[in-house]
Amino acid sequence: MDTHHTMNDTTILPRTGRLDAHLAPVVIKDGKSLYAWLWLLVLAAIPWVGSEYWINAIIIPFLILALAGMGLNLLTGYAGQTSLGSGGFMAVGAFATYAFLTHLHLSFPVAIFLGGLIAALVGLIFGLPSAKIKGFYLMVSSLAAQFLLEWVFVKFPWFYNYSSSATISSPSIEVFGLDISSAQGKYYWILGVVVLLTWIAINLTRSQTGRNWMAIRDMDTAAAVIGIRVNHSKILAFAVSSFYLGVAGALWVFVYLGSAGVQSFSLQRSFQILFIIIIGGLGSISGNFIGAAFITLLPLALDFVSQTLFAGMVDAGVLQNIQKFIFGTLIIWFLIKEPEGIARLLTNARSRLSVWPLRF
Amino acid sequence: MTTLSHAGNIILDVRDISLSFQGVKAITSLSFSVQRGEICALIGPNGAGKSSLLNVLNGVYTPDSGEIHYESEHFHKVHPFQAAQRGIGRTFQNIALFKKMSVIDNTLSGLSRHGRSNFIEHAFKLPRARRESAEFLERSEAVLEFLELQSHRYTMVGNLAYGLQKRVELARALVASPRLLLLDEPMAGMNAEEKQEMSRFIADINRDLGITVVLIEHDVRVTMDLSDHVVVLDYGRKVGDGTPAEVQANPDVIAAYLGAITPGSVH
Ligand SMILES: Nc1ncnc2c1ncn2[C@@H]1O[C@H](COP(=O)(O)OP(=O)(O)OP(=O)(O)O)[C@@H](O)[C@H]1O
Ligand SMILES: [Mg+2]
Repeated sequence: MDTHHTMNDTTILPRTGRLDAHLAPVVIKDGKSLYAWLWLLVLAAIPWVGSEYWINAIIIPFLILALAGMGLNLLTGYAGQTSLGSGGFMAVGAFATYAFLTHLHLSFPVAIFLGGLIAALVGLIFGLPSAKIKGFYLMVSSLAAQFLLEWVFVKFPWFYNYSSSATISSPSIEVFGLDISSAQGKYYWILGVVVLLTWIAINLTRSQTGRNWMAIRDMDTAAAVIGIRVNHSKILAFAVSSFYLGVAGALWVFVYLGSAGVQSFSLQRSFQILFIIIIGGLGSISGNFIGAAFITLLPLALDFVSQTLFAGMVDAGVLQNIQKFIFGTLIIWFLIKEPEGIARLLTNARSRLSVWPLRF
Repeated sequence: MTTLSHAGNIILDVRDISLSFQGVKAITSLSFSVQRGEICALIGPNGAGKSSLLNVLNGVYTPDSGEIHYESEHFHKVHPFQAAQRGIGRTFQNIALFKKMSVIDNTLSGLSRHGRSNFIEHAFKLPRARRESAEFLERSEAVLEFLELQSHRYTMVGNLAYGLQKRVELARALVASPRLLLLDEPMAGMNAEEKQEMSRFIADINRDLGITVVLIEHDVRVTMDLSDHVVVLDYGRKVGDGTPAEVQANPDVIAAYLGAITPGSVH
């Protein structure tokens, strides 16, 4: 023991070591919030630059898909729980919002908030098995949730107010209490929701709640040993994730499409959301926007290429197949090479650029 | 042995614990006690049941029979989460860190059980959440400084050298202010210099922070230098229990363990 006592004086590190380490994060942090403000400025300016078509057909679905991606990313990318039920939870949000609008005549913002809460509750219930099962089996159980929810919204006409087309649609524009009949109005409305929910997601992921999720993702047995309430945290992740998905589902129907049936929230939608987060980046908030942009823009880009290079001679069906092929290849590539998606590639590129002048 | 039984302040008392896996006995009627404030080493050959014993102590395994008295409580079975709540910290033989999280986030995660603010407060950064997060950060930084890890605070632990990962795991356990720290081979796979460094940290934790330590270590010299009390296991049974000097002089221990490894180390 004696030999160790004499070494204790070295416990305190020289000051310089600490200073260096303190400097770096401050710079990064300022840079990050600067980026955030720049992005907000760009987003706020979009209606002045984009045409009505662009806003309605591209920017609005992009924002809603990014929001849905964020919902799934909180669950899968942060808390490590795989789910193929995203479409189902979006449907719950949409149909619940519809019920609040038509039966209780609530204002649109209130209805959509409550719709999100109902989705959160349903997500919580379907998240309960996560206490017992993991990985592949959990994914299968989320698949069961997807099919069950789809079935419910077809089977019980009450949900679509007995409409003959089995669809739900915005009851009337006035109910919204906000002018969202114009493309600009819709855009700002959605932007407001997306910015608020993004801020909340960032707060959550940087808080103890987010750390608990990531700890469970990385190693759940160790998480329990250090005193994290594993089951409680997992179920919370399901609820929060489903809230986001529910709100996204309601926006999809009532702001983007105007009217839709449960087909809009099929398993294909679940996969689309999953692809967004895989391509954009698991465990990244900005990745959801990147992934959603990619998925909304790729078809347009392909179309553009075929128009300009091949003068529209490529068959639409062929084009769709090309698109599927590109998605498939990219997803496999990202899963193997870069599970943290485009977001990570961008960060790497940025840090390489920032150290580049120092390499000499 | 006499010095031990005179000081009456026992923090942990293991009574007649037995554990088996599908009929294979890992621990057989094991009893020993740990004094508050001491460093107690568990030694024994591979497969002796040392790790299993730590797993019983913090609830990862449930013993077939026996009881554990810890502080003023006694229990047969405890959930790992409850063990953490009661102030039992733990590191693992095979590092169990959160690989994709940074050093500081891994450390902060150790404070989870002390958190009082809920997710709504986190979501909106309400005052209590802000205050708590500032406090936690301060506490974590202090621990990183104590363990000389500050310069790695933003490194993803998966990218750290093995020896540093072991230290991060210690930081994560230490940050929660445990009263009893269970360390499973904290120096395994380290070179002599790293072992010295780690021994110094453990001694500091024990002396400066007053935390009782139970550790498993294969390096007999390190163990004998560091610990106040040694318990020797062999095939799930206790074959020695006493001060380092007593244990090294014990013929059963020499036969079972010491003799095979360091024949010349007996003083
Ligand atoms: N989860 C388990 N399932 C089945 N058998 C186990 C399990 N954990 C431990 N054992 C068995 O219990 C016995 C004691 O193992 P334990 O890991 O406690 O030994 P140890 O003393 O820590 O050894 P080492 O020095 O190699 O770490 C071994 O025979 C081991 O194979
Ligand atoms: Mg072991």
